Amino acid sequence: MQKESIDKISLEVAILRFPGTNCEFDTQYAFEKLGHKTTLVWHENKKLPENINLLVIPGGFSYGDYLRSGSIARFSPIMKAVLEYAKNNGKILGICNGFQILTEAGLLPGALKRNNNLHFISKHQNLVVINNNNSFLNLCQKNEVLDIPIAHADGNYYIDDAGLDDLEKNGQILLRYSDASGKPVVVNGSVTSIAGVCNKERNIFGLMPHPERALEAILGSQDGIRMLQGFESL
Amino acid sequence: MTAVVNVFLKDGVLDPQGKAAHHALDSLGFSNINDVRIGKQIIIKLETTNRTQAQNEVEEMCETLLANTVIEDYNIEIQ
Repeated sequence: MQKESIDKISLEVAILRFPGTNCEFDTQYAFEKLGHKTTLVWHENKKLPENINLLVIPGGFSYGDYLRSGSIARFSPIMKAVLEYAKNNGKILGICNGFQILTEAGLLPGALKRNNNLHFISKHQNLVVINNNNSFLNLCQKNEVLDIPIAHADGNYYIDDAGLDDLEKNGQILLRYSDASGKPVVVNGSVTSIAGVCNKERNIFGLMPHPERALEAILGSQDGIRMLQGFESL
Repeated sequence: MTAVVNVFLKDGVLDPQGKAAHHALDSLGFSNINDVRIGKQIIIKLETTNRTQAQNEVEEMCETLLANTVIEDYNIEIQ
């Protein structure tokens, strides 16, 4: 059905909160600024709100990141509902700690380990769009360079060679860290500078950079808007 | 019984903490080092007295939570 162009699509977005999550209000602000409805969901809940269009696992430090980032959070009561939602083709976006939780839960391939230089890296970073034929980056152009803040200690994406081949073959690599011209650069040691990936079915997305922190020109970049708006074309 | 679990990054997966410690040891004059790996040791007190049962249970704990087998190997010692 053709949609009237004046219509504004309003999504129902659920945002998870674990003990130590700290980007939930930025994420809520971001989606509400774009005209969507949001619900914060505490990790002890066993159910997600009904009829959501998108589930976001935001950044922070769930459970102090003890053992490994995301490893304890993945066994929270809410995660059963998350796995079920994922299986039913529900759309999930994991940002930073959310990405770590999704890899720990086995919903995304690979793992995130300590940055090669052992530093917590917090800065604006250029990213080059690798694949845009998905509901997250469809408003971005292939090879386009975006400016999005990063802030992490465990963002060093690892996957073995066979896994990397699969990602390449299936168009699952979303973003790479790059310079202003789009040439990949080493930021944290990630395999082939990967900053974000999706699953094979393209309903689960994870990235270390924070699009919700790039919505205001006065804060340095608005490139996050188009990324998050991508989900409107569900 | 007590289970001692050691978790390490797999061979071939760069261990930046090990590398940093290696450099530090080098600069302190310990020059005979080929490699340094840093891991975690997890000590679990178990109720069972059955060694096989302990081994099996701890193995399951490692596979489910204690190690991320995408990047880590583990070994278990039952005492």
